[in-house]
Amino acid sequence: MIRIENLSKTFTLHNQGGAVIPVMTGAELAVAKGECIALTGASGAGKSTLMRMIYGNYLAASGHIWVGEVDVAAANPREILELRRHTLGYVSQFLRVVPRVPTLEVVAEPLLSVGVAKEAALERARDLLGRLNIPETLWSLSPTTFSGGEQQRVNIARGFAHDYPALLLDEPTASLDATNREVVLALIEEAKARGAAIIGIFHDEAARDRVCDRVIDVTGYAPPRAA
Amino acid sequence: MSNLQESGPLLSVRDVAKFYGARVGCRDVSFDLWPGEVMGIVGESGSGKTTLLNCLAGQLTPDHGEVLFDTRTDGLKDTVRMSEPERRMLRRTDWAFVHQHAHEGLRMNVSAGGNVGERLMAVGARNYGQIREEALDWLGRVEISGERIDDRPSAFSGGMRQRLQIARNLVTGPRLVFMDEPTGGLDVSVQARLLDLLRGLVREMGLSAIIVTHDLAVVRLLADRLMVMKGGEVVEAGLTDQVLDDPQHGYTQLLVSSVLQV
Amino acid sequence: MDGQDQAYNFAYLDEQTKRMIRRAILKGLAVPGYQVPFASREMPMPYGWGTGGVQVSAAVMVPEDRFKVIDQGADDTTNAVSIRKFFEKTAGVAVTERTGEATVIQTRHRIPEEELGEGQVLVYQVPIPEPLRFLEPSEVETRKMHALEEYGLMHVKLYEDIARHGAISTAYAYPVKVEGRYVMDPSPIPKFDNPKMEMAAVQLFGAGREQRIYALPPYTKVVSLDFEDHPFDPSKADHPCDLCGAEDSYLDEVIVDDAGGRMFVCSDTDYCGTRQANGHRGALAAEDAA
Repeated sequence: MIRIENLSKTFTLHNQGGAVIPVMTGAELAVAKGECIALTGASGAGKSTLMRMIYGNYLAASGHIWVGEVDVAAANPREILELRRHTLGYVSQFLRVVPRVPTLEVVAEPLLSVGVAKEAALERARDLLGRLNIPETLWSLSPTTFSGGEQQRVNIARGFAHDYPALLLDEPTASLDATNREVVLALIEEAKARGAAIIGIFHDEAARDRVCDRVIDVTGYAPPRAA
Repeated sequence: MSNLQESGPLLSVRDVAKFYGARVGCRDVSFDLWPGEVMGIVGESGSGKTTLLNCLAGQLTPDHGEVLFDTRTDGLKDTVRMSEPERRMLRRTDWAFVHQHAHEGLRMNVSAGGNVGERLMAVGARNYGQIREEALDWLGRVEISGERIDDRPSAFSGGMRQRLQIARNLVTGPRLVFMDEPTGGLDVSVQARLLDLLRGLVREMGLSAIIVTHDLAVVRLLADRLMVMKGGEVVEAGLTDQVLDDPQHGYTQLLVSSVLQV
Repeated sequence: MDGQDQAYNFAYLDEQTKRMIRRAILKGLAVPGYQVPFASREMPMPYGWGTGGVQVSAAVMVPEDRFKVIDQGADDTTNAVSIRKFFEKTAGVAVTERTGEATVIQTRHRIPEEELGEGQVLVYQVPIPEPLRFLEPSEVETRKMHALEEYGLMHVKLYEDIARHGAISTAYAYPVKVEGRYVMDPSPIPKFDNPKMEMAAVQLFGAGREQRIYALPPYTKVVSLDFEDHPFDPSKADHPCDLCGAEDSYLDEVIVDDAGGRMFVCSDTDYCGTRQANGHRGALAAEDAA
């Protein structure tokens, strides 16, 4: 489902004398349907960079990122938007929403944007928020005022609302209590069971061992140090 | 994914340029806008973003290039070269223009209901009761109390005026909305409310929009795609989050790093 | 030309000016309701006193004409008398107060009650010829709106009326659409007169200060604008004339004492007088001396 070939990434800092910083080179990776792999490596090794490149958030310098039929490294913005709407989900560590929009609608939005009927989308959103133990009294409020843990759970609910064939998870269990951690792991297992290809970053080793089929250390993709 | 191939772009801009004497307003601008897409144009004052918007919306005549719009009757048609009646017809049906200053887009001496009803009457509505009902419905959608329907916009706050301007523009169900700094000059809380409203309307009505702003937070929340302009030229374009998070051009990097983090 | 003061050219204006105005009139007749610009001349009276109407009258007048002037329907008001005298002096034409006998009638704010016929010319004095002016201040823009038939704004004005007063409160200068094309200001006649504009006589409109002439050929279709659910209503005071008893004429309300006493009388003095001469009597008519 996801296949990465000879992928590299550089940052060019135009405002610092045009310094070119290579951060990744020759990355290769394949994830099959129903498979979950974990990215590991020290902080700064490029886990998040790789995830962002797969999502189209960072531009690749060269190589290919196949998600289904689309090469994210070469696709135009419209194709990436379409891919994100239907195929590729991303649970980031930060919730970014328009102020004032009620939580229930924030969670239902991915479903509405693929054309699911409003009532069905809200029903799914209620179900997820309930499972993630967000008190019903909060559903009609904007999540911008919620605590960090609550925001993270809203973010997860939103990420799992639509059954994406491919999912990127950035620290999905961070800052969660045991009960909610269990819910998130169950959600991941359900996604795998329906055939989703998942790439994740997990600092929580127990969680990683439980849901991930393979571990890939991105340190191997680091460019050779300039002498 | 299904309708990707079927429908063409709503707006296709080809090599548009506008000069003010020897000075460049904008040049070498080309892009396609697809149905349902929201595109942001950012850049500092004098970067040519407003000139470009005015060229696209038929308010200025470009010196060069084509602005093709997917008309309902004839498909893609160059709005620069079409007859003025045709262009004016587009302006009151398929296009909408939201000005930064609401008083430029409203009739300040006409009631809120009359402001919203004008476009309906312009396309032939002749039933007072129905016009009024439609106006009430739209006031509700932009969160203006129905009791204010007979008040003039001069009695409205800045945020209300801007919402009224949006209602007045969207009442005829346009397909393309041009917005020039729609949240400029408003308090932050009022901005948030307006952004939320715009986002909801864009999705509900399947609108395409081109939003000119210098506020990167506005485009991050509203725009699918982004063009960065400097000195009249597009220096970078792409997915909004990609351009903001991984800017390639030196100017964009400067622009992004200059934003105060909250 | 017996009575004409020989110091003036016939009908005051020089012949070149008259030709210029006649060309504007012909264009106006060819494009009914369209405002034709013309080079309005200084006239020996102030703007607002009918300089546009006077120039049009002067341009169409021939020595054989019989001229009538009314102001608010009356032949005996200052404005009417002075314009009538003006043409007696500069053109030496015959004058009359009888609607039926006149060949050229200059009017301010009324159409005579008596039906006009072929061969008659009705000349209106117009203060502001542009019906869209109150909502759109730009002349460039209003001209475009006429050219492209963008008349939605006219209905915005009527909408505002209903929203504010519960009904279309515009009672005079009520906008009309001519032959399904141009929207036209009928000059400040009461809306009661609007239906009469579909008539056998030629109607010419002159705006001196604004330098515009427009026209309606005989039998032109003239429709008052309205909404489906608020149709045009050419209403008048619900009262018969207190002098002649007429129930079908436009009435003026006249305060007769300082105790609130009032009476309604025909605004068309010729119509009222003729009816009284024929023996009609209203509620407050003085008893015949005879």
